[in-house]
Amino acid sequence: MTGEMRAQRAGGAGGDGGAGRHDGARGHGGAGAVELARRAADDILGALAALSAGTPGPAPGSAGAGSAGAGEAIAGRGLVVDSPPGAGKSTLVARAALRLAGAGEPVMVVAQTNEQVDDLAVRLASLSPQLPVGRLSAADYVQTERVARHPRVTVGRQPADLSGCQVIVATAAKWASLTGDAAWPWAIIDEAYQMRSDMLLRIAGRFGRALFVGDPGQLDPFTVVRTERWTGLPWDPQVSAVAVLLAHNPGLPVRQLPVSWRLPASAAPVVSEAFYPFSGFMAGTGPGERSLSFQAAGFGAGPADEAIELAARDGWALYEMPARHAPRTDGEAVAACARLAERLLARGAIAVSELAPGGRPVTGDRIAIGTAHRDQARAVRQALRDLAAAPAGGAAGPLAAELGRVTVDTANRLQGREFDVTIVLHPLSGRVDADEFHLESGRLCVLASRHRHACVVVARAGIPELLDAHPSREPVHIDVPARFPDGWEAHHSVMAHLAARTVRAW
Amino acid sequence: MSVLTALARAQAWQAGRAQPVATVRHVHVAPRPFVFVPLALAGEACAPLAAMAGDDPADPRLLVVAQPRNRTQRFAFAAELGRELLRYIGGFPAGGAGEEGAGAAADRGTAGQGAGEGGEGERAVPPDAPQVWLPNRAGIGFTRLLGRSTRFRRAEGEHAVDPVVPVLGRWLTFLAERSEHPGSCLMLAATEALALHWATGQSPAEDLNLASLIGWIDPPAWTDGREAARAAEDPLAWPPAGPATDPGFDNEVLARLIAACDRAEAGGGEAARAKAALGEALAGQLEPAWRLTWRAIGLLRALPEGGHVAGRWEADRRAFGWHAAHLRDGGPPQPRRDSAVAAARRLDSMERAAASLAVQRALDDPLVMAEHRLAGEALAGRVTAAEPDRVITGPSGRRVLRPLVTVRTHDPVSVEPGTVLAPPGRPNQHARVESVAPLGARGAGMAGASGASGASGASGAGAGAAGETEVVLELSGGMGQRLTPAPGSVPGVGDWVCYATLRDEYQPPAGFPEPEQTPWTHGGPPRPYEPTDEDAREAWS
Repeated sequence: MTGEMRAQRAGGAGGDGGAGRHDGARGHGGAGAVELARRAADDILGALAALSAGTPGPAPGSAGAGSAGAGEAIAGRGLVVDSPPGAGKSTLVARAALRLAGAGEPVMVVAQTNEQVDDLAVRLASLSPQLPVGRLSAADYVQTERVARHPRVTVGRQPADLSGCQVIVATAAKWASLTGDAAWPWAIIDEAYQMRSDMLLRIAGRFGRALFVGDPGQLDPFTVVRTERWTGLPWDPQVSAVAVLLAHNPGLPVRQLPVSWRLPASAAPVVSEAFYPFSGFMAGTGPGERSLSFQAAGFGAGPADEAIELAARDGWALYEMPARHAPRTDGEAVAACARLAERLLARGAIAVSELAPGGRPVTGDRIAIGTAHRDQARAVRQALRDLAAAPAGGAAGPLAAELGRVTVDTANRLQGREFDVTIVLHPLSGRVDADEFHLESGRLCVLASRHRHACVVVARAGIPELLDAHPSREPVHIDVPARFPDGWEAHHSVMAHLAARTVRAW
Repeated sequence: MSVLTALARAQAWQAGRAQPVATVRHVHVAPRPFVFVPLALAGEACAPLAAMAGDDPADPRLLVVAQPRNRTQRFAFAAELGRELLRYIGGFPAGGAGEEGAGAAADRGTAGQGAGEGGEGERAVPPDAPQVWLPNRAGIGFTRLLGRSTRFRRAEGEHAVDPVVPVLGRWLTFLAERSEHPGSCLMLAATEALALHWATGQSPAEDLNLASLIGWIDPPAWTDGREAARAAEDPLAWPPAGPATDPGFDNEVLARLIAACDRAEAGGGEAARAKAALGEALAGQLEPAWRLTWRAIGLLRALPEGGHVAGRWEADRRAFGWHAAHLRDGGPPQPRRDSAVAAARRLDSMERAAASLAVQRALDDPLVMAEHRLAGEALAGRVTAAEPDRVITGPSGRRVLRPLVTVRTHDPVSVEPGTVLAPPGRPNQHARVESVAPLGARGAGMAGASGASGASGASGAGAGAAGETEVVLELSGGMGQRLTPAPGSVPGVGDWVCYATLRDEYQPPAGFPEPEQTPWTHGGPPRPYEPTDEDAREAWS
C-alpha cells in the first residue's frame, strides 16, 4: 500500500466515516509516519477552515469546492477527531485554536482538569508569541509557575477580565459555572471522550461550532449513581459527550490521527490491534529507533531483573506470579511492582530515543506504576516508601530519592500522561471473577499505553483461564450501540501477546 | 466488596450468624409503614397475579387476578390496589400549605423533578410521609412497571378505567422513582435495607433471597444462620418473595387452579369455589414474604437511628409534599422518558444525594468510618499533646485562635500536610494537617531481612500494617468568638478523636439550560408533552 492510500484511508478522507478497517495504518516507520501525520493534521485543519467559512447548521449548497473537508462542511457544526494515545492531540488542539483565532474567530477551549488547562495555555502561548491567551479560573485557583512565566497568558475569573484574548482556556466545570450569556463562535473541546454529556449540555449553549478531540479507547466517564433509567436514550447524561453529540448529529465527520508518537514500534501494533480494531494507528518511530539499556549488570538478581531486561529488549514483559486468589491489595503483587521499579532505578536504565539520541537516564519521574484501584495505588506507594527506607541493594540516598519520584496512580488518573517505562498491576490479577469494571477495555488501554519504551505487566497466573470462565455477559440494551472493542476480547488479545514474554517469578 | 465487609462475611460464616456492618440504623423506619408483596405471572413483563398489601401486619389485604391475561381483571386489580394504597396515603396530611402554593409544582413541568431540594422553604414540609416496603428490589421494579402501565390511563372516553387507576400509577411511579434517589426511604426493599446493616456468610447474590438473609440475621433458636439459610432455599417451605413465582408452583398448582377458574367462568358453575381455591393457594405463596418483610422492618426498627436519618427523611417528606400538591393541582403525569435537561438535572440531584449519603453514613457510624480509616481518608487515635490556647497572626493581620493537637494513630495515614480534615460531630470545626510523622522503627533495621525475602517477600503487607503515626493538626472554627476556646471545643490529652477528609457540605444544584434551550448537541428543544388518546389506548404488556 502506498503512503498516499494510507493517508486517505487513515485520514478518513475517502469518506468511509471511520468505519473501515485501516490495516494500512498499522506498522511503523520514520519518514512515512511523519508525512502521514502531517497530512492528517492538515486535512483536519482544512476541514475546520471550511466549516468556519460556512454557516452553522445545515445549509446545503453553501460549501465551496476544493478542500477535502469542504463536502462535509454542509453537514456541520462540528468535527470529531479521534486520537490514539500520544498522537499529538494537544498539538492539534493548539494549532486549531491558533488557526481559528488567526482567522478572527474567538475560540473557547475546554479541557477537563486544571492541569490540562495549564498545559494548553502554556502550549498556545509558546506556539504563537503574538497571541494573547486567556485562562479562566475559579476563585481558589493558585497560578502555577509555568503559567506565571508566560507574559502572554492572562488569568481571569470572568470572560470580561479577558476581553483582549482571542483564545480563552478553562475547565469544563468553569465554563459551566459562568453566568451571563457570553458566547463564542467556536469551541475546541479536549478529552471529549472523558467529558460526560451532561457537562456538554451545560456549556453547549456558549458556542456555535465545535471541534471535539479525544481518545475513544480510554476510560469512559463514570457516575457513582447506578441506574438504567436513561439507558438507550440518545441524551443519556451518563455517557460521553461525543456519544451524545454523534447520536444527535450522525452526519458529523469523524477523523483520525494515524500516528502515535508516544508508543514505541513494539507497542503500537499491540495496542492498535487490541483497543482500536477499526481505526488502527502506527508508531511514529521504527523498531530500531528507541532502545533501553542498563548501566549496571543484574548479577543474577532473579526474576525481577529478568523481567526488566526482557521488557528493555522487547518492549513488553509479563512478570507472572503463582496463581492465587488474593485481596485487592495483594501484598506480593504490590511488593513486586515496587521491586521492579527499584530494580529499574538501581540498574541505571538509559533510554535512547529520537528525543534524546544520546540517551537519557530513566529517573523516578519517568516511571509510572498503574493500578485499577486507589487502595492498590496507596499500597504500592507504601511499598515504595518501605523500599526507600531500606533498599535491598544498599546505596540508599539517591536511589531512595528516585523511588519517591515514581508516579503511582490509578488508570483514571494516569490518563493523558506519558512515561518512559510503566509497571502495570494487571486489573484481573488474583481475582476470583472478571466483572465489568475489571474487564473495561479503557482501563487496560490506559495502563498499556502510557510508555515510550517498555511496559512490565505484573499479574498472577491464570488470567486467560479466568477470562474464559467469565465471558462478558453484560445485558444488551435497545438503542445502545455495541461497544468496540469488547473488554473481554481486548484482554485476551493483550494476554496473547504477553504469553510469549512471560517471566515466571517462582 | 470492601476489606471490612469481606472480613465481616468471613466472620459471619464462622460464627454461623450475620455480623453487623453498621452500629446505627441508616434508614428511616416509619411507625406505620405499608407493605406490598406483589406476584407476577411468569412469562409476562408486568401481569399482576396477586398481591398482599396493607399497613397492619395482622390484617393483610389479599388481591388476586383469577385470569392474569384478562385486561379487565388487571384493571380491577389496579383499582383495588389503588384504593388500598390511597387509603393509606390519605392518612398523611400532605403539606397543609399546598392550597396556597398551587401551581408551584406544575411550573416544574414534571412531578418529582428535583423533588427534595427544589423550592426550599416555599412550602411547609408535611409532618409525615408514607413509607412503602417491598421484599426486594425486583418488587420495586415491578412497582415501577405497574406505575408505567397505569399512570397514563383515563377515567373517561373510549378506554375508561376506574379513576383511581391513573392516580395509583402516578403514586407508584413517584415512589419507585424516588427509591432510586440515594438515601430516600419512601419506598424500600427489605433485602437492601437489611444488607446495609448486616453481612451474612453467603454471597451478595444469595442475599437477594429475603428468607435466607433473615435466616442469617435472626436464625431460629434451634439452629444457626447457615442451616436457616439452607432451609430457606426450599421453595415449598419458603416460596420466593416475588414478583417471580416458583416454577414448580406455577406448573403443579397455579396452572391447574387458573384453568379451573376459566372453566368455572365459562361453565357457570363453581366459580366462587374455584376462585377461593386459587386465592388460598396464592395466599400461601405470599404469606411467608409478607411476614418476612414485617420481620425485616422489626429488626431494623430495633436499631438506634443514625444522626442524619431524620434530615434525609425530611427531604423525603418534602418530596412527598411536592408530589401530593402536584396531583392536587392537576399537573400532568410523569413523562415516559426524561428529556435531556430533566435527565441531567435528575442525575445531578442523585449524585449530590449519593455523595452526601456516603459522608453522612460515615459521620453517623464508627463502623462505616472504619472503612474510610482503612482507606486512609480518615484517622482516629488518641491525643498525645494539645496546645489549646495557641494564638497566631492570621493572613489579614488579625490575631486568631489556632490550637494544635497531636494525634497518635495506628491507622494507615495517607493525608498530607495542608489537607483540611473535619471532626465528625463538630460541623463547624476544621483541622489542617501540619505534619505527619511515622513513629517507631518501621523500615529501619529491616534492611537485612528485606534483602533475603526478595521479590516475593513482604506478603500481606497491606497499606501500613505496622507502626504508629503521629499527626499534628491545627484547629480552626467552632471554638467560640474569643481567643480562648469554648469549653469542650478542643480535645484534651488522652481523648479519643477522629478526623476525616469527608465533609457533608451543601452542594448547590448544577446550572442547566431551560428545556426549551436544549442545545443542538442534545437534539434541540424537545416537544412539550401533550396527552393524547394513544396514551389511554396503549396495550398493557
